[in-house]
Formats: sequence, structure tokens, C-alpha cells
Amino acid sequence: MIKVHNLAKSFGAKRAVDGISFSVERGEVLGFLGPNGAGKSTTMRMITGFIPPNEGSVTVGGFDIVDQSIEAKRLIGYLPENAPAYTDMTVQGFLNFAAEIRGLRGETKIKAVNRVMEMCFLESVRHQSVETLSKGYRHRTCFAQSIIHDPEVLVLDEPTDGLDPNQKHEVRSLIRKMGEKKAIIFSTHILEEVDAVCSRAIIIDRGKIVANGTPVELRQKSEWAGAVTIKVTGVNATALNAKLGQLSTVKRATILLEEATRVTARVFPKAPNTNGALARSIAEVAQGWHIEELHTEEGRLDEVFRSITMPDTARSE
Amino acid sequence: MKDSVARAASNDTINRFPFLSPITNYRFNVLTLQSMNALANIKTITKRELAAYFSSPLAYVFIVIFLLLCGFFTFFVGGFFEINQASLVRPFFIWHPWFYLFLVPAVGMRLWAEERRVGTIELLLTMPITTWQAIVGKFLASWIFLLLALVLTFPVIITVNYLSTPDNGVILCGFIGSWLMAGAYLAVSCITSAMTRTQVVSFILSVVICLFLILAGFPPVIRFLEGWAGPRLVDFITSFSVITHFDGFQKGVLDSRDVIFFLSLIVFSLFTTSVILRGHRAG
Repeated sequence: MIKVHNLAKSFGAKRAVDGISFSVERGEVLGFLGPNGAGKSTTMRMITGFIPPNEGSVTVGGFDIVDQSIEAKRLIGYLPENAPAYTDMTVQGFLNFAAEIRGLRGETKIKAVNRVMEMCFLESVRHQSVETLSKGYRHRTCFAQSIIHDPEVLVLDEPTDGLDPNQKHEVRSLIRKMGEKKAIIFSTHILEEVDAVCSRAIIIDRGKIVANGTPVELRQKSEWAGAVTIKVTGVNATALNAKLGQLSTVKRATILLEEATRVTARVFPKAPNTNGALARSIAEVAQGWHIEELHTEEGRLDEVFRSITMPDTARSE
Repeated sequence: MKDSVARAASNDTINRFPFLSPITNYRFNVLTLQSMNALANIKTITKRELAAYFSSPLAYVFIVIFLLLCGFFTFFVGGFFEINQASLVRPFFIWHPWFYLFLVPAVGMRLWAEERRVGTIELLLTMPITTWQAIVGKFLASWIFLLLALVLTFPVIITVNYLSTPDNGVILCGFIGSWLMAGAYLAVSCITSAMTRTQVVSFILSVVICLFLILAGFPPVIRFLEGWAGPRLVDFITSFSVITHFDGFQKGVLDSRDVIFFLSLIVFSLFTTSVILRGHRAG
């Protein structure tokens, strides 16, 4: 549905987006990650046709966003950053306007407005002015606007920003549900959302794509992927370290915590993707120890994120 | 006999070029559909903007101030009763270029500046509409609002009709000219509004530009210019003035050149607005 080819944009001397290419198909939810100022919002603004790219192209449903912008824009629902909305209107008035400009009239319009009101829990503020809404409600009002014409493509710039945990949960499950039938791009810097919602994630940094894959694939780039955490009693740290060092599967072991009788350690594997081989080999040499805990780490996205976007600081920790 | 031959001939053309008819029909349909869409979009935006005016007290304040000014200047400063003429030219319309100098920029200043400050411009311009439709829709809303303010001065017409029998054609002509002039000021305010996020900056800039449009035809300024510039240059400068072009309307002369002057000023200013908006987006 969305094809982005070699997209680039400069503001003055700064290259905000520097040759990005990817595509999103129907049924996919693409998470767009990156530190602040990485070029996420600029990319989304180019995809939705708000700013024209300097180089490259975007097609939505086969329509070029620059040359056939009206046809392309019809397919897109867009939630801009900070969820702007006309403050002088009521929620209902604002949604009516959004529906009308999307070409909905009469009965269809009323149905569409009622549908998004229900989906975004806005009934209680239906006749309230947007200006007086709390941030969460305003955010959902703008979100409602983006799905009012049941678009095939959704572009959401930080859709959960400023929401409380319950609202975050609601919006996430809404995105996941809609992602079954639509092509969705959403940006975030909350990494748990990637696991909760995305079928694929892209990490961008300084205008370039630095990682692209499913959440599982990304996690496996982590140093921790496949590492084993062990918590034992009946052995001291030095003995544990010596014993583990003899194993052929172990690269190195670090002691995380040493208490009076209990030792917690993290053991890193030599080969990735051991399918539990490391944990089994540790269990085999553990005679005389009392294992309280033994589990294989899946790898952590925040650590991957940090090591990719800030390679210097991540290593020193 | 003749009829059937003609019918056969026309059938023959269609038979020979059967592909022609669906194409011409299709083109026609697409064109009408597009222009209908454009009109519907403009109407939607105009409706929203008009509603926005009346959702804040600004609109009512504006109308009240305008009507008070009109009444005060017509009856007291303009000396409507003392002149003892069945006409609205001197006491009423003559003040309009000066009222509009402050009131129209106040009406137009929020059009784009507010949109940019709140960020809704990003919503508006990613909707399936063209920038032109947005510009025209917003302009029309403000222009209709100004028309409403102008129409509400009707007690003046009633008064002059009650007291005597004026030429109402001349008065209508004056109103048309006044509205066109307001449109020209408004289009200038559209430019300045698109230039900034701050409404106050937009207001001041557009007052300055509109002041130039007035002063270029203001008699004292013309006299000053005649002191050192050639008559051709003076003519050239005064031809930019709204006062020069509004003059004819006040006298009941509907000169196409004056109408074209105001309309071209509006079209040019709206075009400039679109260039500025495109410039912002291009970064």
C-alpha cells in the first residue's frame, strides 16, 4: 500500500531525512522508532503529502503523493504530532467537518461520526468545545478524525503520547485490531509498544534507516539475546565463575549480585540461538548448587535501540 | 424521408467511431465531478470558518464597532443632516477605506496565522483538497462575514429613504464598491497572515500595506507627489490606490476597470498567499 523510495529532505544545510526506502503492505503495522530529531515526523509529513520531498518518491495505493496527491490523500488517515484540532469547535462539529471534507454526506456522515465517537470513547464530550478538553480527550478527538473515513492507510505520529496507561492500552488494541485490514505506520519512542502492536519495526537515526525487522529479529541483535540469568545458593561467586568458565558453551559470565549465600549471574553464550543449550549445560554442572532461578533472556529492545542509535555510550555501561 | 436520412447519417458517424461517445461522455463526467468536488470542498471550509468567527466574541465585537463607527461618522463627523442631500456618498462611504484599514486586517489576521500556530494547517493540507480550495474557502468565509457587517448598516439606507428620495441605484453601487474594496484589503491580510504565526504581526503588516493602498490616492499625498514627480508617475502611483478606484462606485459609476482592479488585486494576493504557503512547506 505504501511505497517509500529513496526519500530525502533537507532543511537548510541539515539533512533531516537521508535516503529512506521501505514499504508497508495491507495487514502490517509498522513501528517507526528513533530518538528525537531522527527524522520520524519529517518522513511522516512527506508520506502524507504535507511537505514535498527533495528527492525520492512516495506512492500510496499506487498514487504518487506529489503528482496525484488528491487520490493518494483520500486513502490516508493522518494523526499529526501533538494531535492538533480546531479549538473553536465542539468535538462533534470537528468530526462533522472532517467527515464532510472526506466527502461523507447525510446518513453516512452521521454514522461515521457516531462510529468513531464510540471507538474513541468520545460520547461524554460530544458537545464540549475542543479548547476545554483534557490532553487525552483532545488526542483521541484528533485520532477519531484520522479514522473517520475508514482509510486503507493510517499514519500516526506518536498516537499514545500524553495518554494515561488505560487509554494507551485502548489505543494500542485499537491499532492492533485495525492493523489486520489496513496498512499502518506509527511512530513512537516507547519500546514496549513495538512488542504490543507492531508486526515490523524500523529504527531510524540521523535520517537513515539503521535497523528493519520484526520485533523478534530486532531483539536478537541484542547482546543479551540467548544469555542466561542464574540465581543460586550454596556456592560463592569465584567458584561459580570458575565452573562456568570451563563450559564450552559459555563466552563469559558476569556476577550481577552477591549476597550472603546467594549469587546472581548472567552468562553469555558463545554461539547465538542456542535454543536453551546454554541453560541445559549450566544445569548439568550445577551439582551441589541450589538453583532458585534459571532462565534464557530473549534480548531487550531498549538495549538494541541504545546500541544502534548511541553506539558509544551503550558500550560503556 | 429527409429526417430518416439525417438520422441514418448521424447513426453512421457513431457507428463508424463508436469509441468517441463513451470518451466524450466520460470526460464530461470527470470534469463536472471534479468541479463539483472542488465546490463542495470550498463550501465545507467556508462553513467551518464562518462558524469559527461566530464561536468567539470577536465577530460580535467587530460588527458592533463597525456599526458604531459608521453611525458616528455618518451622522456626526460627516454631517449627514447638515449637508441636506439625499445621498450617502460624502457622509457614509467616504469613511469606509479608513474603517477597513483597521477592521479588515483584524478579521483576516487569524486566517492562516492561527492555523499555523495551533498546527491544524497540517491537518487541513493533508486532507484530500488542494491548497487553492483551502485558500478560497477561507477567503470567502471572511468576505461573507464582511458582507454581513456591511448589510447590517441598512438603517442608514432606511434613514435616507425616509427623509427623502435618493437614487438607490447609486447607493447599491456604493455598497458593491465597498464590499469589493473590503475584499481587496482582506486578500492582503491573507498574505500577511500566511507569512507569520503571530496574529499581531500579521495585523500590523497588513495595516501598513493597506495604508499604502489608501495613501497612494489620498489628496494631500497626491498634492505632495505633484510637487516633484511628473504627471505620468503620479498617475501611475495613484492607479494603485483603492481610493481612486472606489471613487467611481460612490458616484454610482460601475466602471469595469475599477471592478477589474479590485478583483485582480484579490486574485494576485491569493496567488501570493499560495506561493507563501508552498514556501513554508518546502522548508
